[in-house]
Order: sequence, then structure tokens, then C-alpha cells
Amino acid sequence: MVAGIDIALPRPSTAPGAQTTPPVKIMVRDLTVRYGEIVALDAVSMDIPSHRVTALIGPSGCGKSSFLRCLNRMNDHLPGARVLGQVMIDNDPLYHPSVDPVALRRRVGMVFQKSNPFPKSIFDNVAFGPRVHGVRDAVQLRGIVERTLRQAALWDEVADRLDRSALDLSGGQQQRLCIARALAVDPEILLMDEPASALDPIATAKIEELIHELKSAYTIVIVTHNMQQAARVSDLTAYFYLGRLIEFGPTERLFTNPTRQETEDYITGRFG
Amino acid sequence: MTPTAGSYRRRRFVERVMFTLAGIATASSIGILIFLLGYIAVHGVTALSLDFFTNLPAPVGEPGGGMANAIVGSAKILLVAALVGIPVGFVGGIYLAEYGRSGLAFWVRYAADVLNGVPSIVIGITVYALIVRPFGHFSTLAGGFALGLMMIPVALRSTEEFLRLVPSSLREASLALGAPTWVTIMRVVVPAGIRGIVTGLLLALARVAGETAPLLFTALNNRFWSPGWRAPTASLPVMIFTYAIAPYDDWHRQAWAGGLVLLTLVLGANILARLLMHGGRARGGA
Repeated sequence: MVAGIDIALPRPSTAPGAQTTPPVKIMVRDLTVRYGEIVALDAVSMDIPSHRVTALIGPSGCGKSSFLRCLNRMNDHLPGARVLGQVMIDNDPLYHPSVDPVALRRRVGMVFQKSNPFPKSIFDNVAFGPRVHGVRDAVQLRGIVERTLRQAALWDEVADRLDRSALDLSGGQQQRLCIARALAVDPEILLMDEPASALDPIATAKIEELIHELKSAYTIVIVTHNMQQAARVSDLTAYFYLGRLIEFGPTERLFTNPTRQETEDYITGRFG
Repeated sequence: MTPTAGSYRRRRFVERVMFTLAGIATASSIGILIFLLGYIAVHGVTALSLDFFTNLPAPVGEPGGGMANAIVGSAKILLVAALVGIPVGFVGGIYLAEYGRSGLAFWVRYAADVLNGVPSIVIGITVYALIVRPFGHFSTLAGGFALGLMMIPVALRSTEEFLRLVPSSLREASLALGAPTWVTIMRVVVPAGIRGIVTGLLLALARVAGETAPLLFTALNNRFWSPGWRAPTASLPVMIFTYAIAPYDDWHRQAWAGGLVLLTLVLGANILARLLMHGGRARGGA
């Protein structure tokens, strides 16, 4: 906890004439992650705006996944991981002794690279989170399941077989089920770690469409290896390299007119 | 490097020899099992009758009688063994698989492996000193406790192994939904591995079902029904031992029959375990 909280927050701009900047949802200051001797993330600071899709790009091992996993404190479960610096969600410090990571993760949902449905029925997969958080009422549960499956554009495909095993679904359906499952606990933020990298182009297109629709309700941070995908789905893009944040800005600007040479080298495919 | 015709022939030869050796080893291990099953079946089946399952042993010198008390005794002993061995093994296995990063876990694992190697007769003597002596009599409880002790390391390590097979992505999914660690374990990890765990526990129970040495000092034997839990009791393994070394032909035949019954039970448990695992895979669970 070294980074000062007193750094001026870029609040929504009230200056007349300025384009309306959305409020900051996640504020990161000097975030450093070490795994033993290895520095996975080196003093990263960025402001992730509310109700936007922020893409994290960069070559393998650049720290983007480590960064993502700091945002819901999943790194807590890795032995030997040390996290320094400050992360604030709506001005609540994330790495503070008083913060219960379990409670925090309700606010910050996560979708993983490889779909990981539980070996349970489709219904029980989606209902898992609400049940853990104390929802017992069958009608209410059913409502949540239907709403989130609809949000994840999966309802029409599974409505008549909610009691079937989630493992019988196709890969793309499983990933959408995982998205529905994450939405069912009503998070504010959705973290996605290469959610479409294991899917075929059609399933990928569905996921991307979904991301586009979800951003009206959620703040989305997505890690992707696919730069076309970043360009398609995100409003802002952050380029990570060797654990450092090289450049962060509006996606269109970053891809058409990067300010840093390293960014340009990467997005033009000169390496990586 | 292109092989010459000579080196190719030599490789073919070595390949044949190794294949034959592997085949012989496989055939003999299966062969021994089949021979054992057949031999016991042939000898045991002649003495098997309804009497064998329903009657008490006949008085010494009289032909006939059965091992009903030993069958029931074994069942009671195994019940006690399961009550001792399964909870400790199951919960301990959860600890080792889910929390076991500390130095303590290393020692628990090590202790379990050592306990697994302790000769069963030593377990018997220990339980004799710990339970039989202070209470003043041999009992079903003491016998079950001894077998329960023997079950613990097997149950513990098999539970741990099967929990480790549960992909960590499931744990992450649950944690990311805001589930505390113990909820994750009880509602996601254990259910995902339950078939394997039950299989392991069943095999652990089957393994101790045939143990004789620990029972000699603890449950002893009994030619009559053993009332309750605190009296000496007959059990199949000890009964087989007693009958096999007795000088009566009729007893020898009954010992074979007892062996057949015991073997069938253990084999049945193994097959059941197989089916459980297989069903698990077909459904994509476990």
C-alpha cells in the first residue's frame, strides 16, 4: 500500500465543451506483482472507465493476465505472489486488510480462457452463485437463471433442457453459460481472460456481439491475443509489454495512430 | 541417419523379444489371479450351502454347521472400521488436497505413508494394548478400530489423489463467483470428485476386509453369536485361519468356502468400484 490515494482522480469532466468522459470505475496506481523474483507487473497505473470495454493486449507474458487477476484478487490464491500498489473500485481500496476478497468477487465477475462449467446441470451452474449468496427461493432462482441466460444469448438454445449436464453443451455454448453464471451474481465489473481464444469464428462472433451488448450494464475488461478482436469490441485499449503499461487510450486512436513506437511495432505485427 | 538392413533386423528382433517378455509378464499376472479364483471356487463351492450362511459352527467333531456368525461379525467389524477410517481419511484427504501446501501437510502425508507400511500384526498388538487391555475383553469395537486404523492411510491418500484430479479451473470459477473456500470445496470440488473418492474408500474397505492378523488380538473369535459390540466376535478371515489349521477335513472344506465368500465380497466391491468410476467418466463427471 505505497501508492498515494491522494493522486488526483480523473473525475468525469465537467468542463464545458469537453467530450463527456465516463466516470472512472477502476483506478489503478503503481500496481506491481511479483512471483518470487519475477516481476510480472511493474508499476502500472491506469483508469478504467465505467460502462466501457477496455481491452488489454500484448504478447504472452506481458502481464496482462496478471493485471486482470489483480482486479478480483484471484492472485491471492497463487503461492508466492506479492501485490504492491493501489487498486480502487469506486474509490474503495481493493488491497486493504479490511477488504474481504470473497465479498469483493461478487462485484467483480470473471470469465476464463477455457470455459469451465461445473459438472452440474445448466440450471445449477447459473444458480450456483445466487445460491452461495443465500438465494433459496425457487421462483427467484428461476428468474435469475432465465434473465442471465437471455443476457448471455443462450436461453433459446437451452430453455428446454436446463436440467441437462452443462458438459453436453458445445464449447461456445459452455463459454456463454460461464458468462451467464458470472452475471447471475449481479457484478458491476466483468473480467474476461481471452474468452474466445478456444472458440471457432462463429462462436467468437457471438461472444463479441454479447460483449457489445453487455457494456451498457457492466464495466468490461477483456484480455485478448487477437488484435482484430480488441479493435472490434473495445472502446479503450491498453498495450502491455514486459510487465509495463506502454500505452493506453481510445482503441481507434491506438490502432490508427499509436504514440509509442513499441505499440506500433506490435500492432503492425512486427513482433509478438 | 538411415538404418542399414542389419540394424533394422536387429531392432525388429529386440522389439519382438521385448514384446514377448511383456506379454509373458502380463499373462502370468492375470493367470495367477484366474488360477487363484478358480482354485478357491472349485474347493469352496463343495461346502457352500444354505446352512453355511445361516447356521452357527457345529460343535467340534460334528460335521455340518456354517459361518453365519463370522459373516455377520465381519460385517459389524467392517462397519466400525468404516466409521473410524472413512471420516478421518476423507476429511484428511480434503485437507491435503485443498490446503496442503504447508510443512504440516508434508508430515501428514509422510505419516500416512509410514502408517500404510506398518505391519498389520503390529497394528493388532497396538490396539490390543490400547483398547483390549484397558477394557478387559476382546470385542467387535477393538477389531473394527484396528481395521479402521489400517484404512486411514489408504482412504486419505486416495481421497487426496481424486481431489487433485479435479481441475483447478473449477475452483477458480467458484472462487470468482464469490464463494468462500469451504463452500467451493463442499459444493464444487468434492461433488466433482465424489465418484473417485467413493471408489477409493470402497477399495480401502475391501482391502482391510481380508485382514486377519489385526483381528487375532482384538476381535479374537467366537463360535457363537456375538452380542452387541463389546464381546469377542467371529470374523471370516479368523474363521478361515482357525478352520484351515484344524485337523478336520470338514473344517478344511468350510475354510475354502469361507475363502470363497470373502473373495467374492472383495471382488464384488472392486467391481462395484469399477462401475462407479466408469459411470462417472461416461457422464463426464469425476
